[in-house]
Amino acid sequence: MKTTRREFIKVSSLGLGGVALAGGGFSLSKLFGESKHQGLDMSKLKRYPTYCDVCFWKCAAWTYVNDKNEIKKVAGNELDTHCRGRLCPRGTGGLGMYYDDDRLKTPLIRVEKDGKQTFREASWEEALDLISGKMKDIKSKYGAESFALLKHGSPGKHFEHLFKAFGSDTIAEPAFAQCRGPRAVGFKLTFGSAVGSPETTDIRDSKCLVLIGSHIGENMHNSQVQEVSDAIDRGITIITVDPRLSTIANKSKFWLPIRPATDMALLLAWMHVLIYEELYDKKYIDKYSIGFDKLKEHVRKFTPEWAYPITDIKPNQIRETAREMAKASPAVLVHPGRHVTWYGDDAQRSRAIAILNALLGSWGKRGGFYFSEKLKVPKYPHPHYPEPNWDAKDLSKKYPLAKTGITTEVIRASIPDENTEHKVKAWMVAGTNLTQSVPNKKMTLKAIEALEFLVVVDLMPMEITGYADVILPECSYLERYDMIRSSGWRTPSIALRMPAVEPRFNSKPAWWMAKQLGEKLGLGDYFKYNDYKEVIDWQLKQLGTSLEEMKHVGVMNFNRNGRELYLKDGEDYKFKTPSGKIELYSEKLDKMGFDPIPVYKAHEKPPQNYYRLIYGRAPMHTFSKTINNPYLNDLKDTNNLWINPRVADIWGLKYGQEIWIKNQDGKVSDFPVKVRITERIRWDSVYMVHGFGHNNKKLSRAYGKGASDSQMITKVLVDPLMGGTGLRGNFVTILLDNPHKNIES
Amino acid sequence: MRYVMVIDTKKCVGCSDCVVACQVENDVPLGYCRDWVTESVSGKFPKVEMELRSERCNHCENPPCVRTCPTGASHTVDGGIVVVTGNKCIGCGACIESCPYDARYQHPEEGYVDKCTFCFHRVEKGMKPACVSVCPTRCMYFGDLHDPNSDVSRLLAERKYKVLAPEAGTKPQVYYLI
Repeated sequence: MKTTRREFIKVSSLGLGGVALAGGGFSLSKLFGESKHQGLDMSKLKRYPTYCDVCFWKCAAWTYVNDKNEIKKVAGNELDTHCRGRLCPRGTGGLGMYYDDDRLKTPLIRVEKDGKQTFREASWEEALDLISGKMKDIKSKYGAESFALLKHGSPGKHFEHLFKAFGSDTIAEPAFAQCRGPRAVGFKLTFGSAVGSPETTDIRDSKCLVLIGSHIGENMHNSQVQEVSDAIDRGITIITVDPRLSTIANKSKFWLPIRPATDMALLLAWMHVLIYEELYDKKYIDKYSIGFDKLKEHVRKFTPEWAYPITDIKPNQIRETAREMAKASPAVLVHPGRHVTWYGDDAQRSRAIAILNALLGSWGKRGGFYFSEKLKVPKYPHPHYPEPNWDAKDLSKKYPLAKTGITTEVIRASIPDENTEHKVKAWMVAGTNLTQSVPNKKMTLKAIEALEFLVVVDLMPMEITGYADVILPECSYLERYDMIRSSGWRTPSIALRMPAVEPRFNSKPAWWMAKQLGEKLGLGDYFKYNDYKEVIDWQLKQLGTSLEEMKHVGVMNFNRNGRELYLKDGEDYKFKTPSGKIELYSEKLDKMGFDPIPVYKAHEKPPQNYYRLIYGRAPMHTFSKTINNPYLNDLKDTNNLWINPRVADIWGLKYGQEIWIKNQDGKVSDFPVKVRITERIRWDSVYMVHGFGHNNKKLSRAYGKGASDSQMITKVLVDPLMGGTGLRGNFVTILLDNPHKNIES
Repeated sequence: MRYVMVIDTKKCVGCSDCVVACQVENDVPLGYCRDWVTESVSGKFPKVEMELRSERCNHCENPPCVRTCPTGASHTVDGGIVVVTGNKCIGCGACIESCPYDARYQHPEEGYVDKCTFCFHRVEKGMKPACVSVCPTRCMYFGDLHDPNSDVSRLLAERKYKVLAPEAGTKPQVYYLI
């Protein structure tokens, strides 16, 4: 094995010493000693408000605790618009995050012992001294900007404050360039507004829902799943475009099993039908949009007959579905999706979706997209942040429409021989398993190798922790205060997260870590509180409530006092685009040298014996982060590779047979994956659920189970508009024999 | 009084929230379950159909498990709910063999046979079973079939439905809207 400065270390059972544990493996009956098998007696439980941290939907919930301070249950808060009193399986199983004995337990520091790198346990004082010392050192040598923060979710916000106070805005998160960035850009260019999160999709009142590869129901975006379910009761028409019969495709009136990577052709053909059959919303287009004539001319030749050989969708199906949409207009919703970094022209595809919605007159209309309203939580007073000399956005200048820092560009700037304007020398990674959450692991590892310092903050010994110089164990959301959740929705709301129990082991909340580091760096003025609950209480009082009151309700809904939810008939409205109108044709894009109206460009097709790798979600898991959760792992502990029976025949595969996969660049999966032969997928594609194939043994339930789609994604199709990393241009083939056999023996 | 469950397969997304809610509520050991989700697929690409079902004990009107139980541990209580009294159960497994739905398991630590109770401990306090109470799609309904105004009666009057393995003659009381 090649010796590197930063060898990967598996976080061992360090931290177990001295901490009294339930002992042995995970056993519910040991943890749930009383009232065994009799069911819970709710009258004997106390409850504390929280909002869920298993995914980004942030559903408000109650944590139920017994008189021995054991968490017994987490259930939805009835007042909450995100969940309407019902959590999804991940939220219900959220207590597994707390009970997982594989959790990081105490700060760990990388040391060299007998010529071998290992971690040793450290006190918080020692670990934080080391980090603050390194931060000062990096700052004096290269400037604070060289210390980057790569983050996701709640912990990231606390460290963002620290980093900005420290003088670094070299901050990025995978949520933009690896997920929903293209959609934000595409919708902003067209309507002047992004769809936000949770999305402002009015599924509740929609008559027709169009999904482009979006698999609601397998992604458990809670309130959306609930609204779709209610809509099914009302008889909504669903049109699903997906190479795979997803759960929602099966509930759709129309399933269009499209040839992957050709969605743009279908969207253009739909526009053609709407315009040339004069089905579009003329009044709406006349009043609110510019560039219609150019659009009309542009799509003239994009007939359904043109699209058929490209997409595999028959012309009559394209026409019929376009007419269904028009029939429901304006209560029709072409859903913008969420994870949309697919083929590198994703901002343009998102724009095509936005334009289609414009033709249907659905933006700002009941059953289309509503105008959300959000409560502004006042900032707890602190001195101004120093102005950094450069920031993460300067690293992404070549992508003119990038709205935030791009994780992969920060990574690139950390590699010495990459030609970048500025150099990054150290990272803090908080709440994101970077080797899995961004593509091109090779590049990430190259960057890590060159870093002078790497701190990782996480709940679990995720793979990224193995590369850290210092690991800080964060406590779970059930054990901490956090920022107030303020949601943009039909009505504004806030929710409180507070601890139901003390942190297990020697873990700590991120706000505490940030404050300690801040004080050690002489930035105490930015953290003028002893406990984060003082910040929350102060903010809540500004909003006319208090911590005390919120402890009793968990969620508070407010009346709207801004504009109406929808556009009134004939209402004058100025869109936040350069022209103040919906931009069917974008001057801005034209000036930047990009296509002012989206065009279809053919993408590479799989070579012979290779299949396009499609990945997606299972309802009981959030990315790779939940695979080790004892409850959720019990529901689904591995993934499998979906293969059409015709393909299985060619390879002579049997259902459940273990195979390995290899991609177009020769990358072979670490672990075998079982074959699932199913009619639910096209013959030119294979599908697997994302997040499996963990290779850190310390995730005892997740290790080696299933294959990792991320590992197969070595080719990245970059979006020239905003730097999005398209991940669906990878092809895999099947290996029947163990390719690692010789290496293992 | 006749408690039944009605599950709308048109709305179920197979998320398994019902399964984890039951595990938490009833302290079901990991690796075992009182309810589970089944997927059945029919047809050929692209004319494919799928059905997702949340399954559990059917609390049969004519329960073979009760008939085969030598000790009376398996018995029927108010509203037709079939339950097992743990300390009467000798773990012989006859009920497991007789159940056409494979709804029972032997508790790995306690030795007795365990299964869905329709969350009798909640129902007697006027609450819904745990699985029904969490279901995000609200595809599960629980109530009294003898009450013509209950959700379950209304749905069974209005919608097409089926039960599982009707040929077994067990008169199962979990209904699937199709």
